[in-house]
This record gives sequence, C-alpha cells and structure tokens, in this order.
Amino acid sequence: MTEPRAADARPNTLRRTRAGKQSLARRYAAERRFRSYGLLAIGFALLSLALLLGSIIHRGLPAFIHHEVRLELHFDPVLLGIERATAPEAFAFADCEALLRASLQSFFPEARERRARRELFALLSAGAGFELCATLAAQPALLGSRGARSLPLSSDADRYFKGEVNAALPESERRLSDRQLAWLDALAAAGRIERRFAMRFFTGGDSREPELAGVLGALVGSFWTLLVTLLLSFPVGVAAAVYLEEFAPKGRLIDLVEVNINNLAAVPSIVFGLLGLAVFLNFFGLPRSVPLVGGMVLALMTLPTVIIASRSALLAVPPSIREAALGVGASPLQVVMHHVLPLALPGILTGAIIGMARALGETAPLLMIGMVAFIVDIPGGPLEPASALPVQVFLWADSPERAFEARTSAAILLLLTFLVAMNLTAVLLRSRFERRY
Amino acid sequence: MNRRCASEFVSGLTLALALGFGLASPALARDQIRVVGSSTVFPFATAVAERFGRSTAFRTPVVESTGTGGGLKLFCAGVGLQHPDVSNASRRIKKSEVEQCFANGVREIVEVRIGYDGIVIANSKRARRFELHEEQIFLALAKQVPVAGKLVPNPYRRWRDIVPTLPDFEIEVFGPPPTSGTRDAFVELAMEGGAKKIPLLEALRARDKRAFKALAHAIREDGAYIEAGENDNLIVQKLEANPAALGVFGFSFLDQNGDRLQGSLVGGRTPSFENITSGEYGISRSLYFYIKKAHVGVVPGIVEYLREFTSARAMGEVGYLADKGLIPLPAPELRAQRDAALALTPLSLP
Repeated sequence: MTEPRAADARPNTLRRTRAGKQSLARRYAAERRFRSYGLLAIGFALLSLALLLGSIIHRGLPAFIHHEVRLELHFDPVLLGIERATAPEAFAFADCEALLRASLQSFFPEARERRARRELFALLSAGAGFELCATLAAQPALLGSRGARSLPLSSDADRYFKGEVNAALPESERRLSDRQLAWLDALAAAGRIERRFAMRFFTGGDSREPELAGVLGALVGSFWTLLVTLLLSFPVGVAAAVYLEEFAPKGRLIDLVEVNINNLAAVPSIVFGLLGLAVFLNFFGLPRSVPLVGGMVLALMTLPTVIIASRSALLAVPPSIREAALGVGASPLQVVMHHVLPLALPGILTGAIIGMARALGETAPLLMIGMVAFIVDIPGGPLEPASALPVQVFLWADSPERAFEARTSAAILLLLTFLVAMNLTAVLLRSRFERRY
Repeated sequence: MNRRCASEFVSGLTLALALGFGLASPALARDQIRVVGSSTVFPFATAVAERFGRSTAFRTPVVESTGTGGGLKLFCAGVGLQHPDVSNASRRIKKSEVEQCFANGVREIVEVRIGYDGIVIANSKRARRFELHEEQIFLALAKQVPVAGKLVPNPYRRWRDIVPTLPDFEIEVFGPPPTSGTRDAFVELAMEGGAKKIPLLEALRARDKRAFKALAHAIREDGAYIEAGENDNLIVQKLEANPAALGVFGFSFLDQNGDRLQGSLVGGRTPSFENITSGEYGISRSLYFYIKKAHVGVVPGIVEYLREFTSARAMGEVGYLADKGLIPLPAPELRAQRDAALALTPLSLP
C-alpha cells in the first residue's frame, strides 16, 4: 500500500520469470484445490441430508395411507347382545365384533373350523369393533338397520396391500397364512378394499395396534409442555438478561453468574431430568408423567439459551439510543422498557424460538420424570399424563410390530416439519424486524 | 404500546409462577392406574391397558417402561398415590426387593405369572442357520474358558474354532446391556446352562458355587459381544446389514421378523411358539407382574385390570397377548394364576 511502485512491479516480474510463473501457477492451483475441498464438503453435507431425508420420507410415506374393508353389516340388536338400547352407555357393552364376524363369515362361508375363523377375523383391526360401537353410540337410530361400513384392516393385511409382504416366502415365515392371503385377494377382487388417507394417524392417541396409533396425544402433550416452558423460561430469561445487561453493577459476583449461565447452556439435558426428578417429583411431590413437570424441566434447560440470546440482542442496541433517551429525561427503567427492549425484541424472540425448538426435540430429561410412557388418552391439560412427540418416535421405534417402522418415520417427518417451521419463523423474524445501525 | 409490553411481561411472569407453584396440590387425586417395570413385559402390559381402557369406563392406565429393577424400586418406594400400583417384571421379585418393599410399608404384594418369553439367538436369512448347543454359546461368549484343563481368556475368534461344523464366521453377537432383564435371563439360562455341561466347570460348581457363577456370568469384553442397547429393533436392523452376525433378543421380535431373520437351533430345537410352550426350547423364562394390594379400592379399576389381564382372551392360548408374542401358560396353570390373582392372595416371603 505504502509503496505503490513495488506493488505494480511485482506482477510483471512474477509473470516474466520462469520461477515466478511456476509459483503463480502453484498458488492458483492451491486456491482451486481449496475451493474444491469446500465444495466437496458442502456437497457431502447436502448428500447426507438428502439421503437422510430421502430414507425417512421413503419409509414414512406408507404410514399416511391405510387400507380399509367395506363390509355389509346388519346392526342386529340380538347379535349385539343389547335389546332396544335407551342409554348410550349400553353400547359400551355391546358385542360389536359379533357383527363384524357375522359379516365376514357370510362373505367366506367356507371358513368354518375354529382356527380358520380366527385367522379370518384377524384380518380386521382389533379396533374395528370399538370403532363400530362408537358409531352406534353416536347414532342409535342405526340399530336394526342394514348398511355398509368401511373398517380398518389389521396392520399385517394393510402391509400386504402396500406390497410389503413377500408372498413367495414359505408360509411359516410370513405373518399372514396362505389362506389369509387368498381371502384378502378375494376381498380385493370383489372391490371391497379401499385405499384411504390414514386420518387416524392425526386424530388418534397412542395404541399398540399400528393401524390405530396416532400422534395427536403426543402432539397435545408437546403443546402443553412447550407452553409451560415458554411461560417460565421467556419472562425469567428476559428479566435476567435485562438485569445483567442493563442494570447489574460490574463485579466479581456478576462475572461468576455469567460464567455459570454459559456453563449451564452446555450441560447435557439428562442432568436436567435428574434434577427434575430429585426436586420437582421427590421434593415438591408433583405428579409423574405430567407436562407441567416436563415443561419446568425443559424451562431450566432452555433458560441459559434464552438469557444468552437476549443478552446479545440487548447488546446489539447501540448506546446512542440509551444516551438519547436519558438525555431527554427518561429514567433507566423507561429507557429499557420504552426503547431498548422493543428494539431488541426480534432478537430475543429469535433466541426464544430456537430454545423452544430444542426443547421440542428433547427426550432425555423427560425419561427421568416418567413422560416416556404408553399413554392412550389425549391429555386435557398440563396436569394430565402425557408423552411428547420425540418420545412417541422413541416408543414406536422400540415396538416389535413391523408396521410401526413406517409410523416411526412418519412421526419423525411431523417432528421435522415443526422444527423447520419454528426455525423458519426465527429466521423470518430476524430478517424482517432486525435493524442495522 | 411499550407500556403494554411491559405490563404483559409482568403478567406473564406472575402467570408462570402461578402455574409453577399454585397447581402443585391436585397431585393427590388420581383416577388412573400407573404401571411401571420391565421393557419385555411392556408390549403385553400396554396391549392389556389399551383394551382395558377401551372396553371399560375406567381411564387407560399409564404404562412406563423402566426395566424390571427400576420398576420394582419405584413400586417398593411406598404406599400412596404418588407411587405406582403395578410393576411388571421379566424375572421373579428378589428377596432383597421384597424386604425393601416391607421396609417402606408395602406389605401385601400380589404376584401374577403371565407366561413365558423365549430368548432367541438369530441371524439374517441370507446366511446359514446356526445349530448351537448351550456349551458352544458359553464357549463363544464367556470371558474365560477352559482350554486343556486350564482357564484362559477366551481364545476363540471364529465359530469354526469352537466346533468345525459351525460356520466359518467371526464371532460377532449383538445383545442387550447388563441393565436389561433379557441379558440377566440369557446369562442365567444359556451361559450358565452351557457352563454346567463342561466337566471342568461342573466340578468347580460342586466345589465353589460362587466362583462358578462369577465365571459363568462373565461375558467377554473384547468386542465379540456387542452391547446394542435396549432397543431390539436396532439389533434386527444390524443383523440385516451384517449376515455374519448373531443377535440375542426376545421371541416377539423374531415372530414379527420371520421374513428376514431365522432363529438358531439351541440343543437341536428351533425357537418356535410350540417348542417354547412345551419347554423343549431351553432358553425361556417366566414373566410376572406385581400388584400393590394396599392400592386396591383406592385407585379405581385395579381389580378390573387384573381381571382383563388374566382373562383367557388376553393371556389364554389363543388370546391377544399370544398374537403379540407372549408364550401362554398351560391352561390349568392359567386358571390357578387367575384364581390366586382375583382372590388377591399376597406373596409370602420365600
């Protein structure tokens, strides 16, 4: 810079001499190599991501489709074991499976002996009878009438129609016998098999029958948990950040607090679960498996993230704003509440959303406080037992039934969708509202 | 606008604190059965819980998979609604655990045996089926084995080194970690059973039972036995990827994956439903659950849950639990278990 002559002269000597040309070529080659390493790294990352997403989508998509069978039913009160029902409770004890059995039996009259009949009825989902009873309870007028109803097939039969059962294998190595396959083919030939969107996946709670299992219970559980987390960690985190950044006197004590907060952000999440078990459950006597405790544990976990993000957002507000406000006579509290905090809010919200996204994907702390459990009922509030979305993935991944493989991937897809949506919101918030000074 | 922001801030804080501390009291009321315990019994207990919830007016029980030991620890922590009502176990309750229960005021425990679970040693269909004997399982997996009359660290690298008729694969077995009940049972039945068939070790057993147990229960740690976590599906996937490896897991996973895995013969018997029921397949164990009698009548539905679980349509020979992979009890035994359970006959200290 200071010697423009030398800078001008060097390229000439470089280009002219042989050694200069070689060194230049080496430098260009080194740069090209470096760039290609970078491209390779990005390519590798993208490829891994694509492979991961591709395999999850490929495995998960079948879970969104379910096959049902359309059966002609006669809602016979005698067969149901209830005479003219007056109260809806009577349907709870009705033998709805008897209707299904009668209908299937009339379709395949050759299945007479006990074993054959068992195999035949195993084609239907274990939940078909319960679903039928629920329909009857909702519409008691159906009693005595005839009509066709679509009912879920068992997951094994469903997998056959999805082409996941290899009929060429010996009978003993399949979940479906030759006879069952023949019956399913006959039902399909008669146009009784319907391919449907699997609504139950979105409207059902957990179940041990893959075809009935849904994510709603886990979704609602995650909602209550995150609500508690947000209500606890956001105000506390922002208050802590505002105090530390705007009001705290500089000193040893505050330094110590800062170091601790930064350390807490790096503590493995299972530790917070153990803390929750020891403090919230054993000491305060709060109930196990409830979103309230889950939310409290996750709030402890996200608190450092929220504080750190909020502090950096507050730090990004230029001192001139504070000085100007003080200059026109605002009190320190007014400076913070009227000027600094509103300007820092997009950054704070971004941090909070990213903290929430991390909390949404967490299972380890929930394990300790009993939220990793089989819970069928949809939780009605933060004090009812609930699981959470990643817990549902974990539980299904551990289930022996083959059809849960697809459910697991489908639940992962749902979880990823939520995470992407949350992170996208954070990015949008930042790009839309963040100010550059 | 800014003022509102501040006031919202404060109201949010108070709401959060109210949520945190004000609602602590309703913990005392509970109208839902709580089940904890073994991950092996979990698939069966959850199936019963779901049916029970659907077919009765009671709420569906909450079932947690904590492992047998962890479950009994929670179960024995005391009487009261904050403690679970039922604990599942893939082995019988130990004397020390019963004493723990007694010390914490849990005096009457009802034991129910629900059936058997076979432990299978399986590999991928793409490779040859293994025909093993218990002593070969011991020789392949023990930490120390007798060679030429002396105990040495396990020298076997390949299956063929043990017996020439076994395949020429490296010994590589995926199995559960020590925290698992399946591992306990595998070690007690297969490893100990195998060690007993080796004369040198049998002689040791006659002399010093404790030393024999320590030897028979020690699994090698040189990488031939790979702890694959509690997730049996993971083992299934690893076996599919690696046809030369074997896996150790519960029968229900073999039952579901019959198209890609094959169970090895142990002592000339296949791990089939029939062979495990009849007891001809050696590596099988009983499964149990325990009920806290003090909670009967306090938490609604316990007796009804018991009735559903022990009914023939659940635990019976062709019940829905058999569909899930449970090996049912013989009919007379089932009736005896059901009668004892419904009479709430408490366990007496052995």
